[in-house]
Amino acid sequence: MSSSETDSGTAVDTNEQPPGATGRGERGGDHVVDVDDVTFGYTATPVVEDVSLTVESGEYVAVVGPNGSGKSTLMQLMLGLLRPDSGTARLFGERANRFDDGERIGYVAQNADAGKEMPITVREVVKMGRFAHIGFGRIGDDQSLVDALRDAPLGTSRDVLDAVFGRLSASDWAAVDDALETVGMSAFADRRITKLSGGQRQRAFIARALASEADLLVLDEPTVGVDAESVDAFYDLLAALNDEGITVVLIEHDLGAVVEHADRVVCLNREVYFDGPTDEFVESDALARAFGTEARLLTGGN
Amino acid sequence: MSADLLAAFAGSLLAALDPSLLLPLQGVVGTVADPIFGALTWVLEQWYWLMDWVYYFTRLEMLNPRYRFMHRAVLVGLCIGVMAPLIGTFLVHRQLALIGDALAHTAFAGVAVGLFLNAVIDLGVSPYLTAVVVAMIAALFIELISEVTDAYNDVSMAIVLSTGFALGTTLISLNAGGLAVGVNQFLFGNLATVSPRSAAILLVLFAVVVGTVTLTRNQLLYVTFDETAAAVSGIPVNWYNRITVMLTAMVVVGAMQIMGVILVAAMLVVPVAGATQVSRSFSESLVVSVVLAELAVLLGIGVAFYGGVTAGGVIVLVAVGIYVCAVALGKLQSIRGDQVTPDMGSIDTDTDASAGAGDD
Repeated sequence: MSSSETDSGTAVDTNEQPPGATGRGERGGDHVVDVDDVTFGYTATPVVEDVSLTVESGEYVAVVGPNGSGKSTLMQLMLGLLRPDSGTARLFGERANRFDDGERIGYVAQNADAGKEMPITVREVVKMGRFAHIGFGRIGDDQSLVDALRDAPLGTSRDVLDAVFGRLSASDWAAVDDALETVGMSAFADRRITKLSGGQRQRAFIARALASEADLLVLDEPTVGVDAESVDAFYDLLAALNDEGITVVLIEHDLGAVVEHADRVVCLNREVYFDGPTDEFVESDALARAFGTEARLLTGGN
Repeated sequence: MSADLLAAFAGSLLAALDPSLLLPLQGVVGTVADPIFGALTWVLEQWYWLMDWVYYFTRLEMLNPRYRFMHRAVLVGLCIGVMAPLIGTFLVHRQLALIGDALAHTAFAGVAVGLFLNAVIDLGVSPYLTAVVVAMIAALFIELISEVTDAYNDVSMAIVLSTGFALGTTLISLNAGGLAVGVNQFLFGNLATVSPRSAAILLVLFAVVVGTVTLTRNQLLYVTFDETAAAVSGIPVNWYNRITVMLTAMVVVGAMQIMGVILVAAMLVVPVAGATQVSRSFSESLVVSVVLAELAVLLGIGVAFYGGVTAGGVIVLVAVGIYVCAVALGKLQSIRGDQVTPDMGSIDTDTDASAGAGDD
């Protein structure tokens, strides 16, 4: 990842880039996320400007910044939900807005909007993680189904019918059950999601991402409205999943949690103010410059 | 512009059309439509036969073979009882409960367009067909306004609702060929006016709505529950939004025959709201909402027949009564608190291990 240059008084100090953890394309491994010199604005004023960022497979990256700094916008650009005004965003090497391998990405949003008053169980939510794998649109992706259709176009193969009507197969249900077990929510599988606490809901959404067998987990301020005890358990879960090889990109306002859990921090306020290992972020003045205050990070449980 | 001037303008515009130009098109449409209509007529005949048997067993006067219109009304009611809550479930949980109202008012404009064309150039088209077309165009406009202007959904719905009703009343006020005659049946619904042709149209709409929802229910559910996550997973959210509103337009036009423009939205919303109170899961809520809707429709049609009152109003009143009962039942379930909170399992990234308990 590289820092961006600016023509304003808030230029990035490139000396803050840690040796061995800098320059785009200099890292080894595959680029899971590759945002290159992206600028975007909802109006004439850019929300993010000249931002470049790469995330490698297996990394745990946190994006921090003050309110309105463009964190969520950057996330949407990363995921192809917004199209950059200039620059490019790639996911797993493909243009983000044309990326069609959605099952590789798990997305967890803020808790606030989840489910509203919808009568839906935890298992039904986690099941959604399998939707990218099934349905008549996916028949062409499964050679065995293509063969079955070729051999008996009018036959009633159960697999083919399942695929056409979007029914989950035994292996899909096994993936759902595994995901529930992984996040410790098996006992809540048949509960309405609206009856759960904030922390439990977020676990369910993580399980949805796991059920899709995602390689990349993107979380947008996932602990807003979640009680402190559940927040700790939630970050433990993220750390454990990252240890298993899942790439984690965390948009977060809780700097204490970021410092404690993430390997790498990107500090954003329209442009990148810092990009490097978490311990160097703690020592730097990037936070104060990005927030425009004398903000200092208190660590060690303070 | 005065009504006379507008009528003169529309009349001269339509007079410029040479009806013979439409003959080849009518031939093509007839080639496609005739076999379909023939098949649907056969389905209707089988339905009459079934209703005759039910009459001989139950002796319900409303099913007397003399009243074929009631047989058709029951068929239309049963179809509405399935497809309205089916699509309404997705609307209610997206907070689009009032879209049915907006589309019903534009469907009214579609009826007015059909009546107007029939009166002026003797097109001979069913007003329900023009209502389907106009309502579907309006449905796309609702989506378009929301997408282009970033307006709240209720703003775009209000704009389309007003425009639809304004267009309908304007065309009716032209009064070409006695347009005002028979408008009440579209405003308030009428069991007796369910013709074989409109029942056949409804069967087509029913097949399209149920078939589409069956094939796309997963995607519709994901978009309804979490639009952003659905988009991230590769679901083309805008397309599914358009599908939803277009299916809604079809349901509205189908239900309009017996519910009327004014009350049609209730069938999309009230049974779903009742089912939400008592259901534990989404799939259960779909089934329960259909059961509640069928109950309301059948009871409503029965009361309307024997009481000599308007079916649409009675159906809605019965549906609301059922909703009140569902709310009471839901509250009772909550008070009983029949579920003991289980312990959270442990976080376990080794999926071979079983979940532990109580260490969260």
